[in-house]
Parts: sequence; C-alpha cells; structure tokens
Amino acid sequence: MTGKPQPAPEKLRCGACPVLCYIADGKTGACDRYANINGQILRCDPLTILDRRIEHGGDLVPFLKAEWDGAPINDNDVFVTAIGSGTTYPDYKPAPFIVSREIDGVDFVTVVTEAIFSYCGVKVKIDTDRHLGAEGSIVRAQGEEIGHVMTSEYGSQMLSLGGVDHLTGGSKSEGRVTCDALMNLCNKRAVEVTIDNGATVMVQAGKAPIVDGKLETRMRVGCGSATIGMFASQWRNLVDEVVVVDDHITGVVSEHQAGKVLGWPETGIRIIGRRSTPGRYFRVAEPGLGWGGTDIEDPLKILGPWNPKKGARAGLTMLMVSTTGEQFAYYVLDENLEPRQHALPTALEASVSLIEENCEPSLCSVLFVGGAGGSLRSGVTSNPVKLTRSVQSLRTNVTCGGAPVYVWPGGGITIMVDVTKTPENSFGYVPTPAIVAPIEFTIPRQDYRNLGGHDDQVRSLRDIARHGGEYSFDIRSIPSPRGGN
Amino acid sequence: MQRATGKMLPDGRRLHLHHGPIDLIIDVHGPGRSDALAQAIARFDTVLIELTAELEMLRSATTPETQFKGAIAARMQRAARMFLPTFSTPMAAVAGAVADEILAAMIRETKVDKAYVNNGGDVAFHLGPGQKIDAAIAAATAGRITIDASDLYRGIATSGWRGRSHSLGIADSVTVVARDAAIADVAATLIANAVDLPGHPSITRVPASELFADSDLGDRLVTTRVGDLTTAEVNHALDRGATFALDLLNRGLIGGVAVELNGQTRLIGAGITKTIQQGSLAHA
Repeated sequence: MTGKPQPAPEKLRCGACPVLCYIADGKTGACDRYANINGQILRCDPLTILDRRIEHGGDLVPFLKAEWDGAPINDNDVFVTAIGSGTTYPDYKPAPFIVSREIDGVDFVTVVTEAIFSYCGVKVKIDTDRHLGAEGSIVRAQGEEIGHVMTSEYGSQMLSLGGVDHLTGGSKSEGRVTCDALMNLCNKRAVEVTIDNGATVMVQAGKAPIVDGKLETRMRVGCGSATIGMFASQWRNLVDEVVVVDDHITGVVSEHQAGKVLGWPETGIRIIGRRSTPGRYFRVAEPGLGWGGTDIEDPLKILGPWNPKKGARAGLTMLMVSTTGEQFAYYVLDENLEPRQHALPTALEASVSLIEENCEPSLCSVLFVGGAGGSLRSGVTSNPVKLTRSVQSLRTNVTCGGAPVYVWPGGGITIMVDVTKTPENSFGYVPTPAIVAPIEFTIPRQDYRNLGGHDDQVRSLRDIARHGGEYSFDIRSIPSPRGGN
Repeated sequence: MQRATGKMLPDGRRLHLHHGPIDLIIDVHGPGRSDALAQAIARFDTVLIELTAELEMLRSATTPETQFKGAIAARMQRAARMFLPTFSTPMAAVAGAVADEILAAMIRETKVDKAYVNNGGDVAFHLGPGQKIDAAIAAATAGRITIDASDLYRGIATSGWRGRSHSLGIADSVTVVARDAAIADVAATLIANAVDLPGHPSITRVPASELFADSDLGDRLVTTRVGDLTTAEVNHALDRGATFALDLLNRGLIGGVAVELNGQTRLIGAGITKTIQQGSLAHA
C-alpha cells in the first residue's frame, strides 16, 4: 500500500452536560443542542438561549451574541469572566477565550477558562462563639463525611470541607455529596452540615448561621475579659460586681486589671474555673449552646461561696452577662450571702445593650480554595511553569469569575476567593466528581508573548461579543463585581 | 458544565425541566400542585448524573441478568427485558423511565387529581378517580387517545425514524399505550423497528455510530431516508409491524398502538376503540 490513510475527522468531546458525548464533525450530541461544527462545539438551540437570558436575569446584565445590538463595548466597563466559557479538551488546546483589552493605555490579555478542580475545597467561617464541635471532628452532609472542624478563630468556628480525599478518595456517594455541598456553598446556597458529637449547622455564604435550628444573630464583642476591658468604666458606681460569662475567658471586673485601674473594691466573689491572670478564668463550664458559648443555662453555677472576709456583704449587687449581651441577669446578695435575682435596674440596661450593639452580625463566610497548578495552565501558555512564576511574582493577575483572589505563597497556583464576590452560579461540577470554577489570568500582552502564550489566539473583546467561543452562546458579560475597574 | 434547570413556561402553568438531552414538560392539577412540582424539581436534580453513572451498561444489549443500581436504570432494565428475546438496549426505555420516575416522585404523599410528565413525546401520567387524559397523536393522520382512570394504562410513547432516536425500521410514527411510559417507550421503538422492508432499494441506511458516535445501536444500520414506496409495499411493511405489535398485545405488554407509514394507519388492540380513536378533532 502506498500513501497514508487520511486521518478520520476528529471527534470532539462535548463537556456541556454530564453525558459527555463524543461528537463527529457536522453531527449533534444526544441532546440535539450542541453540535460539532467545523471542529467547534457550538450550541444550536435558540430556545435554550432564550432560557438562559431569563435564567440569568436579575442583577446581572447578560448579553448574548444573538442580542448584542452592535453598540461599542467599553473595555473598561466589561470584564469577560470565565463563567460559562466552557473548557477545551484536551487541555493543551488554547483556552476558550483569550481576550485583549486595553487598560489605562496598556494592552492586556485576559485568558479565560473554566477550570476543573479536583484539588479544591472550601473554608467556612461561622461567626458564633457557640461550641459547634471539637477541633478535628468530622463534618457530614447527608450522613457522608465531607470535612472537619479546624482551628477556631476569634469569635468564629471554622470548618474545612471538601478536598481531594473526600471528592475522589472515598465512596462514590461520599464524592457526590461532597461535590454537591461544595458547589452549593460556592454558589451561595444553604447547606446543612452536622458535626460528629456536635451541632447541626445551616451554612450559607453571606447569611447568618442556623445552629441546631436556632438563628445566630450576633457574634460576641470579644472574649469575657475583653468585654470587661471595654466596658468596665461604664459599670463603675452602677453595680458592685460584673461577671462576663464566656466559654473562652470569663471576666470578673473586681479582680480584672481594668477594674483595678478604676479602684474597684473587692467583692469576695469566687469563680469555679481555672484562673489565668487576675479576673480572667478559663473553663468555667463545658462548651455548649448556653450562656456565652458554655453549656450553662443558670450562670450562678459558675460561682462558689462568697467570702465575707474579702468584701462579700448583704445587699451587694452583681450583673452577669454573656459576651453578646443576649443573656443577662442581675442579682443582690441576701443575708446568707446567697445571690437573689432581681430585675435589671434601668441604669444598667444601657450597658447591656451597648454590648449587644457592639456585636457584629453573625455571618457565614465561604472561601473557595483550589489549586490551579495543573494542566489547565497549558491552555494559557505552552510553557506552564512560566505562568506559575508569573502569577507568583504578581505579574499575572488571577481572578475567579472576576472576583479578586488571594494567591498562596509557595509553589503552584493555589487560590482562595470569597464566593460572595463571584457572580451567581459561577461554580459547576463534572461527574469525576470535581468542581468547575471560572478562572481568568490577566497579563500585559508583552509578558504574555514572553511566557509562551497562545498569542495567535488573542481576540478583541468586540470579536468575542460578536462571534462567541466554543460554547458561543454561553457568554455573558457582567459589570465587574469589584465595582469600578 | 450545565446543571439541571427548571422554570415555568410563559403560560405560568407548565414546568419545564431541562438537563443536557432531557427536556420535561410537566403539569399538575389538584391541591398538592405546588408540592408535586417542588418534588419534581428536587427529584430531577440528579437524574442525568444517575444515568451517566451507568451509561455504558445501559447502552449494551439487554440481557435478563443485568442489574442496575440507579432507580431509573432499574426501570429501564425492567421494561426492556420484558421484550426479550427481541434485541433492544435499556436505552430504548430512557425517556419513558425518566418520565415515570419524576411522576412517581411528584405523586408521593401529595394530593394530585391529575398530572403528566411529557419527555419529548413519551408521557407518564397520573389519573385520580374520575379523571381522564386526552392526548393528540402527532402524525399526519392525527388521532386522539383518551384514557380514563379506570383503564390500566399510565404511559404513552411515540417512536419513528424521523424522531430524535434512530430507528431500524421505516415507520413514520408508532404510538403506544402501555402500563407505564418506560414500557410504552420500548414497545414503540421495537414496533417501529419491525415496520420495515429489508433490502428495499429506496431505503437509505447508515451505521448508527456514524450519526452518533456513542449510539447504543453501535454499527447497526439505521434509516436516514425513505424514498418512493408502492401502496402494496407500505401495506406489507405495516403488516410486519402489526404482526409484531399483536404479539406484544397478546403477551399483555401493551394496551394499544397506532402505526403510521406514508399516510396509512393501523390501529391495533382489543381495547383500541376505547383507548385509541381516530379523532374528530384531528384538524382542529
């Protein structure tokens, strides 16, 4: 035989839905919506385009190839995000969109793609001093293990969810539930998680957490000791003793440095707990959902017998308050030096509400963390490590759906982004399972050439608006979530 | 990648659920309407993912032994194996099985008088006491199907070589009434395959895999064009289909069927006058 057989026309794998059809040139996939037209996967169903417009209404301002009226687009007003850009397969093909824009007179290139993250997860910060579960406890969704409780932060409990071990390292169901939870959290939807030997929490980015069915409203103003420090002078001369009950550090004003400075007299109070420094006590009770993140419902339980030799006397007054001001009680010692509860005097109401006022609203925040160091870099440049170095040296700016990201120091491109800054429904999934997140690399054009970028693939914003990309009709343009720029 | 989406159609009445190749149009009557719609949306969310998990096996020839994990895949297998030894793959039941599954989710603990899930012409429906459903057969000589609550049948499906799925036969349309949509779906596919004139020069066929690389029909020849046929040839092809359909009817697999080719129609089934009638409203 002479001559080589002609290579068969390339079949493309369509990534538009989980069926992942291989589509030959000129044919459509199982859906009849996506077709391989001259080596491009194109959407060819006007109904869906209309649907998408309806779907993406609201605060987004979508434009679609079909509807663009031809008016010039101001580069500075528009940021092409990777949402809906699709991904190309195999990875070494240039990314779906490589856009040139002029920013302050300099020609910039933005490489736009949707990246498939197998190594990704979310860090969740839950503003509450309530005890949700011990550090290291397993966090579950729908009974499947999706992460763990990590080191708590000031006034907040922290969860680390997802990650490759849960996505692909466990059972199929574990992977699917994890993927679902991550995507919902990233898309700002509510997800219920339960913590082994701990609480059940409804988490939603930008919303207050719901702990065991109870909506959290405020985060504490500070630990008990800090609260004493802030408000001691306002209590002086209004009450003889103040105890701020807190799971972390319970404060006692008469013993605390802040009280001493004001010349606060001794009261003979005794706190059951481990004394740290004067007026500051650790472990007055077990963690829980009661006062100040402890398990106590009756605050008197943390008090021992009063000592008359150190100032305890009948008629001595005491305010006990939690670190959020949500719980408070006022007591007067009787003849036997037993505290008896009385109504809170009007003069003290202001100081209790001041604690409440100083508490910030309790929120859940969700940061998506993913490693973009893999093969997706090939869609950006033919020399992937150069992209990594350029990102690390801050020459290349990385965004996620247009939102600013924090790039972790060290090797690779590990990014962290506040999901509330990304547009609606920015995150998707593939059945691997893995999360699909938009990612954009913006870089001066000259630098882009230098690092071996696909310079011949660079297109103007106008051209992209007019002609779309591989998944042409999925483009949408939105005002920059950052405002300005 | 797309997720499942759901939205009301502009008439504000019917719900459109879409994911990849699946489009469902759903309507519900009764006090539990909003619950039923919510349950449809909830159930639909993972339907395509569940199917893709077992897609390769679903695209293989039906055997009596194969077992599937997913609820919909199990429905497909159950329907397809009823028709053995005739060749099919469980995919022949996919549209009907999805419709059945969503319908089942909708009527679970809801007060529904009447509901239907239309998956591209394969319809599963629920009829409360005293309710009936009217359906138009989408073919040149359009007939109507009327089924009331006292009938056994809760599924209608239509197949043909001009439709979205590929056919081994030449029927323009085969509409089947059966106990559920999955069974109707397989039956319509197989009857449409049987309406055929093997080796006829006017019929163009190509391997299914050329049209769609991942086709469950592999290299089997599927019809892409039907040229001129004589009336005798049309009758002969219809007879072949009718013979096959009658066998299914006698085996209790289907309630009735309307087969159409080149403007000629055969209506088959003992309960046919009840379930399938030539409609007076065909041209309304």
